[in-house]
Amino acid sequence: MTDISKDAIAPPRSFLSQDAIQAFYRLLAALLICAVLAVLSDSFLSLGNILNVLRQASLTFFIASGLTLVVLTAGLDLSVGANVALSACIAGTVIHKTGSPALGILTGLACGGIVGLLNGIMVTALRIPSFIATYGMLWVLNGLTYWYMAGETLHGFPAGFRQIGSGYLFGLPIPVYLLLVFLGIGTLFAQRTIWGQEIYAIGANPVAARLSGIPVARRLLLVYAVSGTMAGLASIIFLSRLNSAEADIGESLTLPAIAAVLIGGTSLFGGVGTVFGTFIGALILTLVLNGMNLLSVSANWQPLVTGIIVILAVWLDMKTRRRAQ
Amino acid sequence: MSTAALTADTSSPVPLLELRGISKEFPGVKALDDVSFAVFPGEVHMLLGENGAGKSSLMKVLCGAYRADAGEFYHEGEKVAINSTADAQKLGIAVIFQEFSLVPHLDIAQNIFLGREPKGRIPGTIDRRKILADATRVLGMIGFEIDPSTIVDKLGVAQQQMVEIAKAISQNARILVMDEPSAALSDRETELLFALIARLKADGVSIVYISHRMAEVFALGDRITVLRDGRRIDGVRPADVTPDQLVRMMVGRNVDMTYPRNFADEPGEVLLEVKGLSASTGISDINIEVRRGEIVGLCGLVGSGRSEVARAIFGADPVSAGEIIFDGKAMSGEPDLAARRGIALIPESRKSEGLALLRSVGDNLVVSALRKLFPSGLFDQRRAQRTSEGLIRQLRIATPGARQIVGLLSGGNQQKVVIGKWLAAGSKLFIFDEPTRGIDVGAKSEIFALIDRLVAEGAAALMISSEQVEICHVCDRAYVMREGRIAGHLARSELTEENIVRLGMHHA
Repeated sequence: MTDISKDAIAPPRSFLSQDAIQAFYRLLAALLICAVLAVLSDSFLSLGNILNVLRQASLTFFIASGLTLVVLTAGLDLSVGANVALSACIAGTVIHKTGSPALGILTGLACGGIVGLLNGIMVTALRIPSFIATYGMLWVLNGLTYWYMAGETLHGFPAGFRQIGSGYLFGLPIPVYLLLVFLGIGTLFAQRTIWGQEIYAIGANPVAARLSGIPVARRLLLVYAVSGTMAGLASIIFLSRLNSAEADIGESLTLPAIAAVLIGGTSLFGGVGTVFGTFIGALILTLVLNGMNLLSVSANWQPLVTGIIVILAVWLDMKTRRRAQ
Repeated sequence: MSTAALTADTSSPVPLLELRGISKEFPGVKALDDVSFAVFPGEVHMLLGENGAGKSSLMKVLCGAYRADAGEFYHEGEKVAINSTADAQKLGIAVIFQEFSLVPHLDIAQNIFLGREPKGRIPGTIDRRKILADATRVLGMIGFEIDPSTIVDKLGVAQQQMVEIAKAISQNARILVMDEPSAALSDRETELLFALIARLKADGVSIVYISHRMAEVFALGDRITVLRDGRRIDGVRPADVTPDQLVRMMVGRNVDMTYPRNFADEPGEVLLEVKGLSASTGISDINIEVRRGEIVGLCGLVGSGRSEVARAIFGADPVSAGEIIFDGKAMSGEPDLAARRGIALIPESRKSEGLALLRSVGDNLVVSALRKLFPSGLFDQRRAQRTSEGLIRQLRIATPGARQIVGLLSGGNQQKVVIGKWLAAGSKLFIFDEPTRGIDVGAKSEIFALIDRLVAEGAAALMISSEQVEICHVCDRAYVMREGRIAGHLARSELTEENIVRLGMHHA
């Protein structure tokens, strides 16, 4: 009942929002890592390496950006990696069978989106906690993909299609353009549309959001569908870049995407975070892995370092937030 | 400031616990400023004050959750220190907060002895027989007859409170601090609580009782301490003051407790018509009509189905039969539809259902009006900011600004934010569920003035309240519920507390 700060006694908060401050710290951290790597390794600052970092970060970002919206609603989508694998295999088959990359791309996006929608239906209509619904979906998708591919590998796609993942435009890799476009769209959607505002409100208190007149179920459906569609997009980039598809390509994608979201400052409890933060998260993750490669640190150490960064980032976040309140 | 005078005429001159000059400061606010007060054995000490007066802080200092910056504690005349909850427990101080600290999926016995379970023969197990026997004994001491193996989740609020009290008694509590214990109880349950308090008193247990209800202050209190702005204003005996004097002490100014209303001679057209409404939540055959310009009361005991009616109208619970006609058109659907059509629900538990506590005042104020403010779907932070600043001024919400976290505001100001979000949405029918619960006197009359203005401007209000005085003063007419049905309707001329109670009583 009684709060100590009854009247206007709490100090006025700074004109920068908490989100902006968090994003600024993250950008600073990313630059710091860059500076350290530039000192330690001569090849880090080469144009080729930087573009390589951005291209790698883009793949994680595509998956993680959709996931960010889910996490903002206090949900989780564990099926994104498996979704990428299924969508890639189906898109690849369509391209092989029809010879039309455009049709393949559409099928890949649609496949991802439908899987996301199914996740959304499980979470809203069936009221299964998202963690469990999407965990189950992960197995179902893996099962489908393994059965469908039956150990085969798809490879050899038209040169035009391969441009998407490995081509350049004005000296920059095409995935980097896509990254900027989707970073812009994602940020606009979350910050500058009423759906974005409603997603934050749902994450902060779903009961209050529903009783405030927000169509919670419809927004959740949208969010899971977007997450699935972004996995579909990632599958296209993947397919085009690797020029091949196998059933097991998704297995190493989900956990890094979650790591990027968490390093990016989005709270698993919902209502707090930004798509831009997730971009920085993906960047930090990629930078560290890149740096370890350049410094010839064994790849076996990478998971350990990733884990430490995630824990550190979340801990620092909680500390600064607690101070802000 | 007459502690000495009060001590002189008490039969037991040594207080069980005495606080002298307690101060506690937080960044930017002096929560407690040189507060002294004494609790004597077997007395009920009422603690009065508006929200923000320092009652909660004092309570937290008492139970060791906060450490006082300055001041001294004396236990039976001996100087003691309360630096931790363990210290407080050793002195026999137990606090029963409004939000209970029970574990919902454990049974009563496990909750009473949580962390102190009797050990079974196999290491790591609990001696079930002993814990049940011990629990039965403790429950018997407070006269609460219930199977101790009942899961706490299945208990009502009143019963959970009993479990909390049993837990405190099992820890040999000598001083029981209770924060608005009757706030969530029905009249019958409150009577049982009062009987229990009398019983504890007779056993020499002292009660520090925080209350917002004038009636119980006079019914229960042996002594009253009034706090305002973190300072102790006075300590008095109930016989020596009138309610008006107490209110003046609490708010430091005269407050009209009659909530004057401009009753309209002729209500407007019918805005809401509920016909034969039933829902699986336990309400059946509800018929209600609300016209523009009216405040219609919905009374009855807690648990008689009042909130369920509100939720069914708003679409928050599924309806199994009947019709809801709003503004001339039938309506059925989710809350988003009801909100779009112009219905507002100000729920009973504003913290869990009305607000996103960690979001800003501004975010909460515009959340229901997004579609109206930004018809294109594009959100404009500056426009949102202007809208919320306008509402903050209009409703006189005490906040440093729209960016303040809403959870940091006092109860009254939080309630204004909940109302404000529906003002922004341009709602026509406001359904208030216990709008003044846990709100101080000053904010109460402000909120009633606001409701009066809303209906004068052509809106309508359906108001659920357990405070019959408020219903009688504020409503044009009222429906009384009993066991999920409308038991009767009271026109303005019949609207008295006696009639409400008579209609609402169980005939069992």
